[in-house]
Amino acid sequence: MFELLGVPPQALFGQLLLGLINGSFYAILSLGLAVIFGLLNIINFTHGAQYMMGAFVAWMCLNYLGINYWAALLLAPIAVGITGVVIERFLLKRIAHVDHLYGLLLTFGLALIIQGVFRNNYGSSGLPYQIPAELRGGYNLGFMFLPTYRGWVVIASLIVCLATWFVIEKTKLGSYLRAATENPTLTQAFGINVPLLVTLTYGFGVALAAFAGVLAAPIYSVNPNMGADLIIVVFAVVVIGGMGSIMGAIVTGFSLGLVEGLTKVFYPEASATVIFIIMAIVLLVKPAGLFGRAA
Amino acid sequence: MADIASTDAPAAALAIGEVDDSTARLHRNLMIGIAIALVIAPFVAYPVFVMKVLCFALFALAFNLLLGYGGLLSFGHAAYFGMASYVSAYTAKHWGLTPELAILAGTGIAALLGLAFGALAIRRQGIYFAMITLALAQMAFFFSLQTPRFTGGEDGIQAVPRGKLLGLFSLADDRALYWLVAAVFMGGLLLIYRVIHSPFGQVCKAIRDNEPRAISLGYRASQYKLAVFVLSAGIAGLAGATKAIVFQLASLTDVHWSMSGEVVLMTLVGGLGTVFGPIVGAIVIVSMQNFLATLGAWVTVVQGVVFVICVLLFREGIVGMIAKWIKKPL
Repeated sequence: MFELLGVPPQALFGQLLLGLINGSFYAILSLGLAVIFGLLNIINFTHGAQYMMGAFVAWMCLNYLGINYWAALLLAPIAVGITGVVIERFLLKRIAHVDHLYGLLLTFGLALIIQGVFRNNYGSSGLPYQIPAELRGGYNLGFMFLPTYRGWVVIASLIVCLATWFVIEKTKLGSYLRAATENPTLTQAFGINVPLLVTLTYGFGVALAAFAGVLAAPIYSVNPNMGADLIIVVFAVVVIGGMGSIMGAIVTGFSLGLVEGLTKVFYPEASATVIFIIMAIVLLVKPAGLFGRAA
Repeated sequence: MADIASTDAPAAALAIGEVDDSTARLHRNLMIGIAIALVIAPFVAYPVFVMKVLCFALFALAFNLLLGYGGLLSFGHAAYFGMASYVSAYTAKHWGLTPELAILAGTGIAALLGLAFGALAIRRQGIYFAMITLALAQMAFFFSLQTPRFTGGEDGIQAVPRGKLLGLFSLADDRALYWLVAAVFMGGLLLIYRVIHSPFGQVCKAIRDNEPRAISLGYRASQYKLAVFVLSAGIAGLAGATKAIVFQLASLTDVHWSMSGEVVLMTLVGGLGTVFGPIVGAIVIVSMQNFLATLGAWVTVVQGVVFVICVLLFREGIVGMIAKWIKKPL
C-alpha cells in the first residue's frame, strides 16, 4: 500500500471518518443553536444537556420499554422536543423582554439541573447501547474499512441538515420563520402567530440536538456528561462559522470535524484544542465569522 | 449591546450616575464595616472557611468589575483563577518562592493570559463574547489536563508549602495566614472601588452604555475594554493564587468551566453590577456548598435551581434589592 506523508492510509482515512462523524454532530448541534438564536436571540446553553437527553431517552426506550433504535430515532427527538416546548413556554418566554444574556444564564442553570439529575440517577460511568442489527458489520472499501453504523451516522446527519436547510430556505413555513427573524413585530402584524413560531422553533432546535444524541448513543456510551464538553466545542464552531447562515453552520460543522480528524493523525496533542485555535485565528482575521455578517 | 445590569435592574443602573456625598459617606462606612468584620471574623468563625469565602469574594469582585463596569459577561474566568492557582502552587512548591512572590507570579501570569484572551474576545460583543471566553478557557483547561509535568494532571499540585511571608513570618498557622488573606482581599476591594470611581472607570461606563458615542468623543474603546479585561483577569488571578496557598492545593477543578459558572452565580445572587454584591453572593454560595456538602452530586442541581430562580424572579440580586429599597447605589 502507498503511504501519505509517512502516515499509513488506513490510519489517515480512519481518523478522517472519525472526524467526519464528530463533524456531523457539530453540524447538527450548531445548526440547532443557529436556528434558536435566529428567532429567540439566546444561546441555548442547555443544548448539550438536551443532546445527552436524546441519547438517554433512546436508552430508556430500549431498556424499559423494548422500543428499538429506529423508533427511538423518531420518538426521542419528539419527547425531548416537547420538554423544550415546555421550557420555552414557562421559562424562556418570561425573560424574553430582558437582556438576552439572562437567557444564557437561565439555560446554563437548566443544563446544570438536567446533568445533575441524570448523574445522580445513572452515575457517570456510562451505559452501553448496542448498534442495531441492521447496521452492524462494515464494508471493505479497499483503502479502508468502513463500519456500516459510522457511514449511516454521516449520511443521516447530512440528510437531516439538508432537510432543515430546505425547509428554512425554500418553503413557505421557512419564509415565515425568516420573516420573524428579521422583524417579529411586522411579521405578527401580517397575521402570523409569532409566539407559536418561537415556541415551535425552540422545540425543533432541541429536537435536532436529541436526534444527534440518539445517533451518538451507539458510538459513545450513553453518559450524563457527554454533552457538557461537546457544547463548548460547538460554541467555538458557531463563533467560527457565524450564526447568520444555515448552510454556513452545516459546512463549518463538517469541515471542522475533518480538520480535527487530520490533526489527530499529524499532531495528536493538539487535537483537543485545534478548534479553539482556529477560532482565535478567525477572530483575528475575520471577527464576524466565516459566514457571519458584520454587526 | 448594553450591559446586563443597566438595561434591566434599575437598582444597578443607579450606580452609573455620579456618586453624591451621602452615598460616598455610606460607601466609606460600609468599607469600615467590612474591615471591622474582617478583624472579628476569625474569632467567631472557622478561619479556613472565612479565607475560602474571601478568596471567592475577590474572584467574584473581579468578574463583576468586567461585567458591571465593562459590560462584558465572561464565561471563562476560571482560566485566570485556575492558571494563577497552578503558577502560585508550582512556584511555591518547586522553586521555593515565598508566598507573596508566588501569589504575585500567579497574578502576573493571569494578567498576561487576560491580555492574550482579552485581545481576542473583545473583538465580539454580547453573547459571542461569552462564548469566546468560554472556549478560550476550555483551551486553558485542556492545556492543564495535557501537561501533568506542570499541573500534576488529575492529582493537581498537592501539599503546597505555605512558607514564610517575606521569608520571616511563618504562615503555617491558620490565624497567621488569615491576616495575609484578609489584607489581600481588602486591598483588592479598595483597588476595584478606586478604579470604578476614577476617570478611567467613568470612561469604561460610558463605553458600556454607548460605545459608538464614546468612540466619536475620541476614546479608544477597545483599549479601555482590554484594560478592564486585564485588570479583571489579574484580580481573578490574585484570588486563585491566594486560594492555592490557603488550601495548599491547585487542581483541575479551578480551571474547569463549572468554576466559571460558579463565579457567575455568586455575582448573580449578590447583585450584578453592584459594588458589594459579589461579596454577599460569595458568602451565600460558599456557605450553601458547605451546608449541602453531604448531598454530594445534588449540589450541582441545587446550584442550577438557584440560577433559574435568580434569573426568573430575582434579577437584582440581594444587594441590588437593598439598593433599590434604600434608593442608593451599593
